[in-house]
Amino acid sequence: MLEIMVRHHVPGFRLDVDFQAPSGVTALFGKSGAGKTTLVRAVAGLVRAKHARVLVNGVTLEDSAQGLRVPPYRRRIGYVFQDGRLFPHMTVRQNLAYGQRAVGRGDLPMQPVVTLLGIAHLLDRRPADLSGGEAQRVALGRALMSAPRLLLMDEPLAALDRARKNEILPYLDRICRETGVPILYVTHSLTEIARLASTVAVIDAGKIQRVGPVAEVLSDPDLAPNLGVQDAGAVLNARVVAHHTDGLSELQVSGGTLWLPRVQADVGRDLRVRVAARDVIVARDRPSRISALNILPAQVRQVRQGTGPGVILQLSTGDDLLLARLTRRSATALELRPGCNVFAVIKSVSVAPADVSVDDEALSASKPDLPE
Amino acid sequence: MTPEIVEAVFLSLKVSLFAVLISLPPGVVVAYILARWRFRGHMLLNGLVHLPLILPPVVTGYALLLVFSPAAPVGAAMESFGIGLAFRWTGAAVAAAVMAFPLLVRAIRLSIEAVDPRLEEAAATLGSSQVRVWYTVTLPLVLPGIIAGTILGFAKAMGEFGATITFVSNIPGETRTIPSAIYAFLQVPGGEPAVLWLVGVSVSVALGALALSEWVGRRVARRVAGRDA
Repeated sequence: MLEIMVRHHVPGFRLDVDFQAPSGVTALFGKSGAGKTTLVRAVAGLVRAKHARVLVNGVTLEDSAQGLRVPPYRRRIGYVFQDGRLFPHMTVRQNLAYGQRAVGRGDLPMQPVVTLLGIAHLLDRRPADLSGGEAQRVALGRALMSAPRLLLMDEPLAALDRARKNEILPYLDRICRETGVPILYVTHSLTEIARLASTVAVIDAGKIQRVGPVAEVLSDPDLAPNLGVQDAGAVLNARVVAHHTDGLSELQVSGGTLWLPRVQADVGRDLRVRVAARDVIVARDRPSRISALNILPAQVRQVRQGTGPGVILQLSTGDDLLLARLTRRSATALELRPGCNVFAVIKSVSVAPADVSVDDEALSASKPDLPE
Repeated sequence: MTPEIVEAVFLSLKVSLFAVLISLPPGVVVAYILARWRFRGHMLLNGLVHLPLILPPVVTGYALLLVFSPAAPVGAAMESFGIGLAFRWTGAAVAAAVMAFPLLVRAIRLSIEAVDPRLEEAAATLGSSQVRVWYTVTLPLVLPGIIAGTILGFAKAMGEFGATITFVSNIPGETRTIPSAIYAFLQVPGGEPAVLWLVGVSVSVALGALALSEWVGRRVARRVAGRDA
């Protein structure tokens, strides 16, 4: 449980946030300049905010109303920076041990973290001899070794290229699932949110626009402009049913069956797949003789008119929500209104492997309570 | 080599060693303050530190004399405790320390400014107090600059003449360091062989110090940059 209130004013920018988030991974999403980094720095105590209240699992780290301010080094907050910041004069092993010794936990075994992150072969190297992806894994390990009560990750993947990102994502996945440490994860990537987070806080111009479970927030058409209309898309909960010989995997979702290019997960695993709104086509009748493989029966729940020529539909399919983006002309021609029964056509290729995530317990928490 | 030459050489080494030993701790502190703090009087402190570098050494020596001579209050007080500086080798060490100070501070300040404060921030989030951040992160990264500054200061102390001779005169066995000895030998007929000896020692100590600083500096820099030395 996280309780964060920060009011901070610098010339030209005002940060004014007050929100709570349940345990698990909370993504802090916003454009650059929205105040994400200032907020996490205030949580870590690196920025001295005029008014701040920070509670982690009931422990008060800062409460300006009571004049209480725990200095950064006593907060036990693991901070993973975008640029790694490994100590250049120490080996990987010494870097990992650094925080451990500072918090007086020299007894903490290094092995589990080393195994979790796959960095056993790097222990005697120096940071200068690591690749970007390796360095970031070591930085994650160093933060974990300081026995943090909260992990702050400030765009830990932003400085890496796509291949390196995909190299690290599985490790992040594992940290999120296996350590049980609450995480505040700063990002402007919806892919990373869909894959890692259970809760999303959307921040814009120094203010929190919305906090809620991932599936709920990502499928809210009203938030699509905040998330970026190009990137908006909902998250479906799926289970791997079978891998077929033609290279496709069969996944069960609450509204039907999805066919995706071979998914790297065992049969029976729960996954989350992200479907971009622009990749969903809406039909009034079940299309026949169509190349797209994924056709889910759905019902229109909301139609949101934008200022441009587009509209965003929120569809319900089974227990899940989908977003679809189409032109206003199509919406009018098809007479789409809330309550209409439609078919959502999803091109199977549109679900990229990086958007497929191995699921965790956090998923159950992220399932939206569907209002009737 | 005559005993006077040997005496001058060892005295110079002793004086210079003490000079860097007494100027190093305040040098590191002042360098840190100049590199990291912004305050009113920053320029003033900076100017004060650099004063011995730009003033005529004789003036610096005279200023020391004004403060530390047994006739002055500070000097008198020190004299009564038996730690007076006037006309003693310790005075020569203080004169050399003052003259070496700006060089020391400059080298250390540059290397502190080169340390990425974001590393110190990272250390703080990992549970290190400011003191622990200093000696586990900042100090090791600043070490090449401290070594370079120390050696530079040592070489400067070895060559110091004007302030020394003004402050503590030129007493054989007490304050007659190599430069003073060279000057003294040049004043007497037949002093050239001794002068040549002393010049030879001076040059070799200076070159040795330079080579040592290069070697140590490169070794430490490699270690700090994250490559195995």
